[in-house]
Amino acid sequence: MNIMAPTMKSPRALGKVFVRSVTLAHGGGGKAMKDLIDDVFVRAFDPTSSAPLEDQARVDLAELSRRGDRLAFTTDSFVVDPLFFPGGDIGKLAVCGTVNDLAVGGAVPLYLSCAAIIEEGVAIDLLHTIADSMAETAREAGIKIVTGDTKVVQRGSCDKLFLTTTGVGVIGAGLDLGVGGAAPGDAILVNGVLGDHGAAILCARGELMLEAPIESDCACLHGLIARLLESAPGVRFMRDATRGGIATVLNEIAEGSNTAIEIEEDATPIRDEVRGVCEILGLDPLYLANEGRIVVVTPPSQAEVALEAMRGHVLGRGACRIGEVVAGEPGRVTMRTCFGGRRIVDMLVGEQLPRIC
Amino acid sequence: MKYVEEFRDSVKARVLVAEIERLVEAIAPPKDKPIHIMEVCGGHTHSIFRYGVEGMLPKSVELVHGPGCPVCVLPMGRVDDCVSIAEHEGVIFTTFGDAMRVPGSKKSLLQAKADGADVRMVYSPMDSLSLARKNPEREVVFFGLGFETTMPSTALTILQAEREGVKNFSLFCNHITIIPTIKAILDSPDLRLDGFLGPGHVSMVVGSAPYEFVAKFYRKPMVVAGFEPLDILQSIWMVLKQIAEGRCEIENQYARVVAKQGNEKALAAVARVYELREFFEWRGLGSIDHSGVRLREAYASFDAEKKFALPNVRIADPKSCQCGEVLKGVIKPWQCKVFGTACTPERPLGALMVSSEGACAAYYQYGGVKQPQEAA
Repeated sequence: MNIMAPTMKSPRALGKVFVRSVTLAHGGGGKAMKDLIDDVFVRAFDPTSSAPLEDQARVDLAELSRRGDRLAFTTDSFVVDPLFFPGGDIGKLAVCGTVNDLAVGGAVPLYLSCAAIIEEGVAIDLLHTIADSMAETAREAGIKIVTGDTKVVQRGSCDKLFLTTTGVGVIGAGLDLGVGGAAPGDAILVNGVLGDHGAAILCARGELMLEAPIESDCACLHGLIARLLESAPGVRFMRDATRGGIATVLNEIAEGSNTAIEIEEDATPIRDEVRGVCEILGLDPLYLANEGRIVVVTPPSQAEVALEAMRGHVLGRGACRIGEVVAGEPGRVTMRTCFGGRRIVDMLVGEQLPRIC
Repeated sequence: MKYVEEFRDSVKARVLVAEIERLVEAIAPPKDKPIHIMEVCGGHTHSIFRYGVEGMLPKSVELVHGPGCPVCVLPMGRVDDCVSIAEHEGVIFTTFGDAMRVPGSKKSLLQAKADGADVRMVYSPMDSLSLARKNPEREVVFFGLGFETTMPSTALTILQAEREGVKNFSLFCNHITIIPTIKAILDSPDLRLDGFLGPGHVSMVVGSAPYEFVAKFYRKPMVVAGFEPLDILQSIWMVLKQIAEGRCEIENQYARVVAKQGNEKALAAVARVYELREFFEWRGLGSIDHSGVRLREAYASFDAEKKFALPNVRIADPKSCQCGEVLKGVIKPWQCKVFGTACTPERPLGALMVSSEGACAAYYQYGGVKQPQEAA
């Protein structure tokens, strides 16, 4: 069930939910479902248009063509536990995650869809809070949530709320970022401290009884990326370092470009609090998730200007160079350790599990 | 981070490496017979790879990564027992995180969880006891695993459960002891070790005195070592110094944590709750006499082995697996026939590929810096 079309203008009264929590009736396709969609999602995402619902969003192609010559199209699902954590919530995450997946390809993010799978029993107020958070994040980012879907499932069939967002953006003519572009000598940059999101979630779960003042870095990065590409048009490749952390992205770059990468542990920025959490739990911060961090590959001649451009943006103040692409065994990522040794930084086999001793 | 970074100082590391090089020059080992030093403990193995310590050493010093990863040496049959308990109706099976992925003959605990068993990761046996308090209608089982390092905390949890009269908590005891294990390695006929880095956390509990036999009867130097990379380098230097001076002693580099007589309270709790088993089966090393403990009869009501009928089937290590030879330093991980082919961290065949602390998994993940040159 799609909830709105951006081109609709005629006014329409929005339904209202009067019960406190979601029941299977809200997924039944009838009046209750329409009221839930109206009250929670339409009210948050597009309160002014009040247009009749169509089954799809309709986008003006001429408008898209003016912005670029290729459509970027991506999708991502969000199942984070807990739903609320320091620095964000699942709604903000669902917008930022998809916006960033578009932006790292050089696209200007324009439209999002939002599909929600809701467990029966979830409080309507909680849905309001999360939909409002999505709306606010999208508004700040200057993008529109134009279509969506809701499903309600039996208790136990999902964990409170799962969101899927799909994003559409346009890539400007002449811009061609690709993982294959990395070449020996290129600089590897990041836009700030690493591992905050993963560590914040670990602490927020409360199972570890660890309290640390760590907030998720969850943020939409397209503004930062636009500024970066404007100042350093030679940027070869970017990727957001989400699940699997920076270690995984570096491995993807080395593999995708048939090169080797060497980073410096001393140059890799990680907050003391995050390092502390990792020390206690026996985890490696290089594998912790980020939600507002990108890895940037630039030719050496543009590294400095790229760093300066990022540092000039609020989301790139901590930008720094952590290593470089080298001619070595293709696909291998190594790190010069703070101790003066050298280690391989491989892909994780599965999930990072805390060590026993 | 204070009290951590001081032990990772690269300037001090360079000084130590230069000293180590000088000592090795003085010892002058023959080209085809490098000096083999075993670090017994998996925590050391992890640090050595994590900081790239091995690559900083002269070529004529080789580290042999010992059996001290309790997850790695867990035999398949024992994992099968875990899965069997976890799949009992009404059981909450609790375990340390890195035991989740250890393969049994049919499945790991991670797979059992996916199949519907209630398997939960905890950080302490006390977490497990509090789960038992919160779920009085369920039986909560803790998978007790590890050397003397983790033994006191499970012992104290049992004593606490007894005091509180908790009836729905039990321990599946797989604790193992370090001394018989070191002895088994020293007794092996193809032994090629010149010295040991003694385990740090275990020694915090048992002290450094119990290792005296290593120097006295087997004439091997041992240095009880801390876990930071400078600790490890300094301990290697201390072992080499003993070799250079013709001494065989038990020295304690980790004096900031380890006392010669150990921790009396911890030892008392361990002695009260556990008794030695006649033998215990190890993955890669076979059966070792008196190398495991079980709950004493007085605590039988907390013993999962008595509460549940266990399959208790002995599953032999795969024939192609050469873990035993790697453990004794006879071959290096990558010289094993199945390393990286039939045996990988995704599908571990042998003990040492199982946990990230296992020598083979560490080589596979972090890579021995010496390996490519030697292999080439």
